[in-house]
Amino acid sequence: MIPSPLAMAPRPSFPDHAIAGLAGASFKPQHLNAILEDTPAGLFFEVHAENYMGAGGMPHAALAGIRSRFPLSLHGVCMSIGGENPLDEDHLARFAALVERYQPALVSEHLAWSTHDGVFYNDLLPLPYTNATLARVCDHVSRMQDAIGRTILLENPATYVLFAQSDWEETEFLAEVVRRTGCGLLLDLNNVFVSATNHGFSPMTYLGRFPLDHVGEIHLAGHDTQADDDGQPLLIDSHDRPVADPVWALYRTIIGQTGPLPTLVEWDADVPEWPVLKGEAQAAQAILDDAATTYMIGKRHAAC
Amino acid sequence: MPPAEKAWNRNAFAGALTDPLAPMPAGVTRRGGGGAVRRFAVYRNNVVHSLVTAIADIFPAVAALTGKERFAHAARLYLEECPPRSPILAELGRDFPAFLDRFPPARQQMPWLAHLARLERAWLDAWHAADAAPMEAGALSAIPPESLAETRFRPRPAARIIAAPFAIADLMEAGRAGLPASPGGAQTVLVTRPHLSVEIRLLDESAAAFAARLLDGATLEEAHAAGEAAGHEAFDIGASLGLLLAAGALAAIEPACATGEDN
Repeated sequence: MIPSPLAMAPRPSFPDHAIAGLAGASFKPQHLNAILEDTPAGLFFEVHAENYMGAGGMPHAALAGIRSRFPLSLHGVCMSIGGENPLDEDHLARFAALVERYQPALVSEHLAWSTHDGVFYNDLLPLPYTNATLARVCDHVSRMQDAIGRTILLENPATYVLFAQSDWEETEFLAEVVRRTGCGLLLDLNNVFVSATNHGFSPMTYLGRFPLDHVGEIHLAGHDTQADDDGQPLLIDSHDRPVADPVWALYRTIIGQTGPLPTLVEWDADVPEWPVLKGEAQAAQAILDDAATTYMIGKRHAAC
Repeated sequence: MPPAEKAWNRNAFAGALTDPLAPMPAGVTRRGGGGAVRRFAVYRNNVVHSLVTAIADIFPAVAALTGKERFAHAARLYLEECPPRSPILAELGRDFPAFLDRFPPARQQMPWLAHLARLERAWLDAWHAADAAPMEAGALSAIPPESLAETRFRPRPAARIIAAPFAIADLMEAGRAGLPASPGGAQTVLVTRPHLSVEIRLLDESAAAFAARLLDGATLEEAHAAGEAAGHEAFDIGASLGLLLAAGALAAIEPACATGEDN
């Protein structure tokens, strides 16, 4: 049995930092000193939970340094919510311990799978959207929420293939997971653009069906352009370059509708110097600030 | 039930990710139907590339001294033979040294490679090891002289000893700096993490035997005997104990010796 984090004594070792209306950046360890010297105000940082599941040492020292100064978002990438097998209880316990230790402002995971029959594939793999996969995803989201003692935000995937068997639209599927589990959503606009291009639908049609009222965070990132079997553009969710202009345009439109939401710029490969990544986050912040002046603040609570 | 060509099977999908000769899994398609081979290949590439990269990140000197393509080839074979079982990348590659030990090209051309891999895996374990306060040097002087021989120490979680019939410390330093290195000469290495950075120290034969026993929970007298038995000259226990303390290898005196223990 895993001890419930709710049953443990609170560890008020970190200050509360509000994340509402802020832009953020992926935290990369090589940026630690630059960030601490720069002391940027009004930013949050997001980390991949699995990178902080060691016992001690530099990773935790760095994360504690970030967490004490900035709002933190904890983003799981390997829970395998979309997997067939029950969630890994050891992994749930490690995740719950991280949530307990760092008290992040946001916690999120993916509508994807990465482990099957005990083998870990280290990628966000797609699943067909059927009644059977829906039931399993809901079980897994609920199990994770029980284990960590709070709700999560579930992220829409970037996909490269479709499944003949799918009989739910992705947006309906996500809305039903929200309805059944009470989770929120992480809307990744780069993923929307990548999937829309890869599968030939309009990103605005997708977003028109997306349950925007349940979005607690937005992700922006860069993508690579390749070609598929017929020479059609095949976009890859590569997180290795600046956010593309059409994705910024989607972002302006969506933020105009929802009002300010915590917005992360992800950059995970070919990571640039800190000022470049900070510049991307500031570009998102400028759009958030524009929206804040025109949107009635307080109409909506951004953080879940 | 959907028709067979529509039905997706996760075993087939998962199997095809790591087997380049496997056919396209059933039920995988694209808008309007048609070929999805290059689309499915994105997942294949992501899985193999990300895991090979993760292995290279854990064993950077092995990767550098092997050469990029040869290393990627070995890592792919290793991943086929020992698929990752943990979703934590830092846990990967625990049996990579053993794989290199039985991998014919490495055995024949670079018999030192598995030993170097063992040191690099230990380096990463020290990097992530639990935090623990180091023992203060003054704690030793608080031990009554008559109890000294029976004293045992608790090692700090990051401390470990790796012994090899090759110059593994030289190979690691050179490989990580992108320089060539000569594998000649046996080396025994103390891996510790005094604060947040991992440190590597060479131990001579006596110090190595002494440190191995002491970190394993033996008494000072037993470790001393091991040090004397291993060396060719008179064993300097003070210098060896001082080295362990300076390297931050020791956490505390055991059993609970009330004086001098502050954690």
